[in-house]
Amino acid sequence: MTTRIERHHYDVVVIGAGGAGLRAAIEARLAGKRTAIISKSLFGKAHTVMAEGGAAAAMGNVNSKDNWMVHFRDTMRGGKFLNNFRMAELHAKEAPERIWELETYGALFDRTKDGKISQRNFGGHEYPRLAHVGDRTGLELIRTLQQKIVSLQQEDFAETGNYDAKIRVFSETTITELLLDGDRVAGAFGYYRETGEFILLEAPAVVLATGGVGRSYKVTSNSWEYTGDGHALALRAGATLINMEFLQFHPTGMVWPPSVKGILVTESVRGDGGVLKNSDGKRFMFNYVPDVFRRQYAETEEEADRWYTDPENNRRPPELLPRDEVARAINSEVKAGRGTKSGGVFLDVSTRMPAETITRRLPSMYHQFKELADVDITKEPMEVGPTCHYVMGGVEVEPDSAAAFGHVQGLFAAGEVSGGMHGSNRLGGNSLSDLLVFGKRAGEHAAAYTDALAKRPKVATGDVEAAVDTALAPLSRTDGENPYTLQQDLQAVMGDLVGIIRRAGELTDALKRLQELKVRVANVGATGGRKYNPGWHLALDLRNMLVVSECTAKAALEREESRGGHTREDFPKMSPQWRLLNLVCSLDDSGDVHLERKPVPKMRGELITLFDRAELAKYLTDDELTEYDAAAEEAK
Amino acid sequence: MERHFRVWRGDSSGGEIQDFDVEVNEGEVVLDIIHRLQATQTPDLACRWNCKAGKCGSCSMEINGQPRLGCMTRMSTFEEDETVTITPLRTFPIIRDLVTDVSFNYEKARETPSFAPPPGVKPGDYRMQQIDVERSQEFRKCIECFLCQNTCHVVRDHEENKAAFSGPRYFIRAAELDMHPLDDRADRKEYAQAQQGLGYCNITKCCTEVCPEHIKITDNAIIPMKERVVDQRFDPLVWLGRKIFRRDGMENAPAPVGAGVAAAVSASSSRPPEPPPVNADGKLDVAELLSSQAGGPSPFGDDQEFPLATGGITYHHPEPDKD
Repeated sequence: MTTRIERHHYDVVVIGAGGAGLRAAIEARLAGKRTAIISKSLFGKAHTVMAEGGAAAAMGNVNSKDNWMVHFRDTMRGGKFLNNFRMAELHAKEAPERIWELETYGALFDRTKDGKISQRNFGGHEYPRLAHVGDRTGLELIRTLQQKIVSLQQEDFAETGNYDAKIRVFSETTITELLLDGDRVAGAFGYYRETGEFILLEAPAVVLATGGVGRSYKVTSNSWEYTGDGHALALRAGATLINMEFLQFHPTGMVWPPSVKGILVTESVRGDGGVLKNSDGKRFMFNYVPDVFRRQYAETEEEADRWYTDPENNRRPPELLPRDEVARAINSEVKAGRGTKSGGVFLDVSTRMPAETITRRLPSMYHQFKELADVDITKEPMEVGPTCHYVMGGVEVEPDSAAAFGHVQGLFAAGEVSGGMHGSNRLGGNSLSDLLVFGKRAGEHAAAYTDALAKRPKVATGDVEAAVDTALAPLSRTDGENPYTLQQDLQAVMGDLVGIIRRAGELTDALKRLQELKVRVANVGATGGRKYNPGWHLALDLRNMLVVSECTAKAALEREESRGGHTREDFPKMSPQWRLLNLVCSLDDSGDVHLERKPVPKMRGELITLFDRAELAKYLTDDELTEYDAAAEEAK
Repeated sequence: MERHFRVWRGDSSGGEIQDFDVEVNEGEVVLDIIHRLQATQTPDLACRWNCKAGKCGSCSMEINGQPRLGCMTRMSTFEEDETVTITPLRTFPIIRDLVTDVSFNYEKARETPSFAPPPGVKPGDYRMQQIDVERSQEFRKCIECFLCQNTCHVVRDHEENKAAFSGPRYFIRAAELDMHPLDDRADRKEYAQAQQGLGYCNITKCCTEVCPEHIKITDNAIIPMKERVVDQRFDPLVWLGRKIFRRDGMENAPAPVGAGVAAAVSASSSRPPEPPPVNADGKLDVAELLSSQAGGPSPFGDDQEFPLATGGITYHHPEPDKD
């Protein structure tokens, strides 16, 4: 081999430097492990900065009636009961501790009058629950974790004279392959973006925290990094993905101007009083309250408006329905010809509150619209529409340890790349708390796993050579196909055929086209050498995007019902039978996606009895209800 | 509509500005044009970006000489026939095309002491008032685009100052922690002065001008930090008293005559520190040097080299255990 490869030894390698990755790394380092953090961008630029609304945690600071059980209920409801109940339970129980811990790292959340962390209302949450900092909570979170890592490095420096002694950040580094020793993780292989030089990190435990898959879609709020790397690495290492058919389309992305199409307008615009109107000026959300939510939402504009000041005695406005409902409603309005010129609807705060309240409560939204779109949201409404925002599906993990299922050991996953926690639809605010809770767990259990190992797995030289060849291949195909064209074609297939509303015929067509793309991607080329070459980087990301897209399309075709982030026009109803099933993807020996059905884990008696029978009746089969009755009887 | 662009391309060994004609549509920003260039003409054009919404601070570049975020610079802000010239940040070493090596900033971040949690306060027991956290929150808006670091004339074109100077980004970090209601360290200002090179800053406000988050870096962070340091260290009377009552070979020094503080110091010292030029109420004058462009000519004059020759410096960094 003539290629130079930098080798490193670590105990735990965390791939991804967003909230989940950094939290996992902190925990692994606190457990005394030598930890590497792989960041695809510069340190601190992760997609977590885009989270605006807040982090959901039942601290009960604003409404003392809130507790983990209410949060658990909201999460299960939001996910249409397809969530892994144990993950939802752990999440609801541990989120407050994880938030409080951030304050000891230096985070400065907005405060209540008595000096506690303030909490705000958000779609799908029964009580004000989101710890927040204006509308830049994600930035606060990433900065806090980043600074905590720096402070740990300072401790190590004081002790050893080397900042990188125990925890090192590899910024602008991409991992292309996980290396195995039998079924055990042995290391990770990748390249520095800056130089194009290769790097091999030998480590017995790897935590995936690579985020989502949105770049496979035309209209998305996700950055270029979101190419499903972790999903694909897990698949290729022998792990499984679940729920890949569930993608969240955030209801309110900007639709004008074209350059910012897809960028998010935070839900707190609606939480704080913003309303959705169609081009006739009608507040249309009242027509879209589904039966399962009928009791919790206002029926008149008057009641909805009173809720903002008196939530005790009024029901909430339908603008605050879970995201999937709002996204579908907007989609329907636009399809019915009541949309704006650019294909969205109006989101208005300008007529709802004084300009100065808007700039105080929604400073970065005001800023974003003013600077990006030259729209003054204190004077005119915004134009918004659905944008691909989050993937609920991901690596199938053991809830307590975040260890990946399938036939691989030493692999852990946390944050958006993991699946199960959010079921078929994620509530706003639950992702920031998710990545803290499960980031910590993944780091802790990855560290414990390395302790229990009798001997370090070894990387096979042949595997490294193969990884080098794969990585260099696009550069040798000087007349190969343009990676940007391929990405656009992939985005067109996914956006048009596996988008927000799906049909069997289109999904079948999509799968056929993905196969065609697979052939073309195998022949992708890149010019311009190895040094900071975005064309080459994209060429390498494409195969990840493709395999993950195939999982989504296959699962979407298989699931013949509509639930949360998966809407089938040909099966518009939610089916209790389908609620019993997870769809699990794996790769077979030839590298093709294999799909199987697996039962959804059954909720423990004391958890299911937290719900009303009347509510459960909308989701569960008759058999399950009989079991519920027995459990409820026993509890008495 | 096609428009004319000039983009710097090259690497650490050198490069040049290249000309391109690119399609521009209504409502687009400069970063869109770069993406179009990548997709259609130059697939290997190197440029950092992430969120494309002014939240991550990745796409920092110099557009017609102005330090800007590519995603926040709308094409409609230029004249219809204006040529747009895009160059990499000037203060940092080039990696390739528009990508520079910003590791300077991460090194300075590591050298800035972290938040010191109050001892004995358990997680969950932190209590702070909104009004007290707001001052620090302003600085925590920082997206680390490093435009302030790039534009600061102390290090722009003055590589030699980089070792001793942390830059505006880390002054606001120090100020943020100084103003943090529960931070347990009391010496943030002194540290900024002694270790971060706060004294190099002569408040020309270039950093504030380029901040895409509109953080009032100079007014709300740097000046308050300097003022307090002045109060504590350089108040001429405090300083004089300290010198007179200390017995470190000062007894024979000529008695101070009138105003000249420097006169109080023995001639053996290289040159005595001079107090900062405070005005009648004991505050520093905020003098603005205006320039047609942010980060423009050096306020010290274009012929001034840094560091100054030792004999020409009238300022000592304070040493905590000596004065």
